[in-house]
Amino acid sequence: MIFSVEKGCFDYGGRPILRDLSFSVRPGEILAILGPNGVGKTTLLRCMMGFLPWKSGRTVIDGRPLADYASRELWSRVSYVPQAKGSLFPYTAREMVLLGRSAHLGVTRQPGPKDEAIATAAMEEAGIARLADKRCDRMSGGELQLVLTARALAAQPRLLVMDEPESNLDFRNQLVILDIVRHLAHEHGMSVIVNTHFPAHALKLSDKALLLGRGETDLYGAAPDVITEDNMRRAFGVNVSIHDFQRGGVTYNTVVPLSIAAQA
Amino acid sequence: MGGQSRRFGALLLWTVPVLAALLCLGFGRYALSTGDTLRVLLSPLTGAEIAPMERSVVFGVRLPRVLTALCCGAALALSGAAFQSLFNNPLATPDTLGVSSGASCGAVTALMFRLDMISVQLCALCFGLGAVALTWSISKVRGKNSVIMIVLSGMVIGALFEAAVSLLKYVADPEEVLPTITYWLMGSLSGANYSTLLIGLPMIAAGALTIYLLRWRLNILALSEDEARSMGVNLRAMRLAVILAATAMTASCVSMCGKIGWIGLLIPHIARMLRGGNNQRIVPACVSLGAVFTLVIDTCSRSLTAAEIPVSILTALVGAPVFISLLRKTRGAAQ
Repeated sequence: MIFSVEKGCFDYGGRPILRDLSFSVRPGEILAILGPNGVGKTTLLRCMMGFLPWKSGRTVIDGRPLADYASRELWSRVSYVPQAKGSLFPYTAREMVLLGRSAHLGVTRQPGPKDEAIATAAMEEAGIARLADKRCDRMSGGELQLVLTARALAAQPRLLVMDEPESNLDFRNQLVILDIVRHLAHEHGMSVIVNTHFPAHALKLSDKALLLGRGETDLYGAAPDVITEDNMRRAFGVNVSIHDFQRGGVTYNTVVPLSIAAQA
Repeated sequence: MGGQSRRFGALLLWTVPVLAALLCLGFGRYALSTGDTLRVLLSPLTGAEIAPMERSVVFGVRLPRVLTALCCGAALALSGAAFQSLFNNPLATPDTLGVSSGASCGAVTALMFRLDMISVQLCALCFGLGAVALTWSISKVRGKNSVIMIVLSGMVIGALFEAAVSLLKYVADPEEVLPTITYWLMGSLSGANYSTLLIGLPMIAAGALTIYLLRWRLNILALSEDEARSMGVNLRAMRLAVILAATAMTASCVSMCGKIGWIGLLIPHIARMLRGGNNQRIVPACVSLGAVFTLVIDTCSRSLTAAEIPVSILTALVGAPVFISLLRKTRGAAQ
């Protein structure tokens, strides 16, 4: 599946938020969206998936504009993992993950054994089989994030859209999520679009990056070309140092914020 | 929970109402044993000899009342469960949202103009829908409905419709119309007969079927707006269907037997305590528990004392404490 945004623009009450954004993701590709707080990363995700209407421009999936897709057709291909906010739902993880099957089922259908099996597999993939019977309103933010990820996987989508999936997670669960994302893209050919606050994760994970800059032109391209010390300083107003190092034959990246840059 | 105990639970859900109905048919001034009740009930099939008195008590008086209690109980519990998932609020019920008051105002309006029972129902439905719409729009503060705002605005809307009912009574013709309205407003199952049951049943059945078929998807309504849409659900259509179904059931119950409060709060709450938060399992439980509870309460109301105790008094005695404990548990917070 090829997912692309063509010249997407959006504004809130005349104040431009997103200007002339164009990008595309092919099967197996991971696109990271970076940018400072309040620059419109979540707004971009919402416009891109049709939750908010583009002011101008459009989203195109496999050559067809998003607006042409029926709701169930669209959401059986695209899955959305929202940021885990403290949940008050008394559903168990298993029940929550099973909801991910809903786009595949007719309006009055109930999930069957096949859907249960898919949900179980999704929970195993996300490493939360042990949480299956725990209630979502009694979970930590990290556990809930993994449940929401499993719910998205249960939809068996071809594109996964994740809104800051690692923000609530500890070191270990961050790695769990990153490994899942990489595995899905590289082994199953799933496309992934991920909002992140971690440039190092973007470098480690992504093929492409989109850097939303405040008042600057937005940058889009191969991740190492976009995430550079210069670009980061311009977008975030922070001096950073980007390094890579080798450990056991594998290259790792670090992005260290040094100081707040002087206003240009 | 294992599959076996689940299946046992499901079996219990469908057999208990039947057994309760058999027992309750025997209760009353003219008492019948369960065996006798069964013999009388089956007599049209078996051709057994039964006394005319038995026939008239069981078929003429008690059976329509028992059936009405079962249907209304199930319908009120279901519409409570539906409103609770719609508003994502354990305190949302036909009573707290002002739907019952709206529906009874509609019914009284129709009675004023001496319309037939079907028009009374439709009028109750329209006013009920108006009441939900008003409560919904008043309680919305910055795009969110908090638990306490919904309860408060429901109270206001309810009071408004009650005032309208008083006004209608005030101007009603005291010779002919007022007695009908007053008698009907007292809210009792004592007027139950086959013809009102037949007129009320289609709307209850349609509403119940809608909620039953959507039972799994009711879970999605509790998610945030974007999340729910990303489940591939047409949210607007789904909300509309749920509101219509729940209001239709309430309106139909109100036009059959007046306002019977608290069932829509009590039964879904008990169902959640027994079976967890999944609406797929709560909905069938509400049908069964609501039917049994209302039947038992109505049987108490007609047989505890020589004179009949209004059902609403008994349901309030049980319901009010539960409401208070729920309100304290949620601390009025937004869900």
